[in-house]
Amino acid sequence: MKRYLVRRVLWIIPVLVAVSLITFFLMHAVPGGPWDQEKKLSPEVIARLNQIYGLDQPVYMQYLNWIGGILQGNLGPSYVFKDRTVNDIIAGGIPVTIQLGIQAFILAVLVGLPLGIVAALGHNRWPDYVATGLSVVWIATPSFVLAIILIIVFSVDLKWFPVAGWEGPQTWVLPTIALAAFPIAVIARYTRASMLEVTRKDYVRTAQSKGITGRAVVYRHMIRNALIPVVTIMGPILAFLVTGSFIVEHVFAVPGVGRYYLSAITTRDYPLLMATTLIYAFAVAVLNLVVDILYAYIDPRIRYS
Amino acid sequence: MATTQAVGRAATGRRERTGLWWDAWGRLRKNKLALVGLVGVVILMFAAIFGPMLAPYPYQDQDLQAIANNGFRPLPIGSPGHILGTDQLGRDMLSRLLDGARISMSVALVVQFVVLFIGLPIGAAAGWFAGRVDTFLMRFTDVIYAFPDLLFLILLSVTLRDTPLGQAYDGLLLVFVAIGLTSWVTVARLVRGQMLSLKETEFVEAAKAIGVSDRSIISRHLLPNGSGPVIVAITLGIPGAILAEATLAYIGIGVQPPRASWGSLIADGQKYIRSDPHLVLLPAICIAVALVSFTFLGDGLRDALDPKLKGKQ
Repeated sequence: MKRYLVRRVLWIIPVLVAVSLITFFLMHAVPGGPWDQEKKLSPEVIARLNQIYGLDQPVYMQYLNWIGGILQGNLGPSYVFKDRTVNDIIAGGIPVTIQLGIQAFILAVLVGLPLGIVAALGHNRWPDYVATGLSVVWIATPSFVLAIILIIVFSVDLKWFPVAGWEGPQTWVLPTIALAAFPIAVIARYTRASMLEVTRKDYVRTAQSKGITGRAVVYRHMIRNALIPVVTIMGPILAFLVTGSFIVEHVFAVPGVGRYYLSAITTRDYPLLMATTLIYAFAVAVLNLVVDILYAYIDPRIRYS
Repeated sequence: MATTQAVGRAATGRRERTGLWWDAWGRLRKNKLALVGLVGVVILMFAAIFGPMLAPYPYQDQDLQAIANNGFRPLPIGSPGHILGTDQLGRDMLSRLLDGARISMSVALVVQFVVLFIGLPIGAAAGWFAGRVDTFLMRFTDVIYAFPDLLFLILLSVTLRDTPLGQAYDGLLLVFVAIGLTSWVTVARLVRGQMLSLKETEFVEAAKAIGVSDRSIISRHLLPNGSGPVIVAITLGIPGAILAEATLAYIGIGVQPPRASWGSLIADGQKYIRSDPHLVLLPAICIAVALVSFTFLGDGLRDALDPKLKGKQ
């Protein structure tokens, strides 16, 4: 287990290197640069700027310089936000993105699990139809469409929550719901399927035939075993929360990390783009690792080697 | 009539048609949700193929007269000459939605073609040759899997926008290729797993023993036997591709005006949602129908092709 862990953690490094290489060279392979503006700069100014930021060097040197900076914890200067370093921008955005992700995750688990369990216990009766219907609606509604509907209903019509921004609990509600909707649907679907599977197991029938009451069987035997397969989909769900936050931040003008990604590509703000990409890739890699470990922890039958 | 036929069949001792695909079709036919999905897919495909012929106007034509008479506001649903109304520029919504169907269905088909084109050979090679080739290819897919796909899509689409590839087919070809490049990993892993398990079967060993070449074993035995799960994965991958294209279009990447996919229709209509909600609701309904239809059909195919898995995910 220990060796497996070390190998998995070390494996994150080549992944991040590959991701950064692809991003870096893709950005530099196409024409255009950070100094393309409406008002053309004189060649001397551009040459001077390139010199200051090290863009006059060959691309592989620029990449090595960038790697050198990363190793010292320096993400570089932002070409667009000239008064702030990329470290500042990222440090400002990360807490917001993480908070949004955690809130959405908690909401998804708190709603999705009970929904799936209730649906399975009332199999082919109304709770099942309600839960299945809800998850179909959520699967059919892209997060940006849901975001628009939420804004129209709860901000514009009912005026319960502000339309956009991130200044206190009131503004957190709608982005969190918009981000959590799809995970809720997926968790409910998997939990329901997993519960139905467990219902047919011998140990559940044995427990029932021994005269254990319905509720004890459900809690002790069914739910605990049914949750094991549900953990496997946590990986994709966490990855969705990471990239999904990108769209939700876009619609609700949430000042997280994702907000800078799009502008960084179009303005060729290389350091900012590299930093945001790297952070997203790192988050996905770490979360997948955590889920795998969690899976082994919950289900003792699984042994990694 | 039916009875005489049945008697006739019994008398001649002719067997019912059987086989993997015939059985699967039999099970699919009994699955109501899957049939709903199938009908939805057929309607969408029909709209995509014959849409431009059925559309009352070309999607980019502006009915300036009608807009002017309406105080330069979008026409509501049920207006004379425009059954589903128009947008703020007087362009017929029905015609634009039909063109959007063509875009979404091309996403569905082209992306999955790219996925097969990349995922099938990589997965097959990894599973067949095993050893070093397998390790190398699977590490490669791990890297692609670790790349946050939406970011990669945006990066590819924005950086290559001004290249010939980025200009082809109203900017859509690049989006298709980009989505394909980010979604072949699942299929590659699946094919590899199928290869690894099928390789150990007796009929493959028998084929090897009588000296059948690797190539014909792969094409005659492995691919046909492993195709079921791949078809299911491809079908279930379609909603993801449609959603990815719509999301990109919504944030302004991909299809170039005056063409509009359902995602960009929603982005355009958002400003008028108070007065003319149909500009957002109609494309949103279209997306919903497409996502649900392919999901139901994919789920149904999975249950039909592998009854053991029924109810499981």
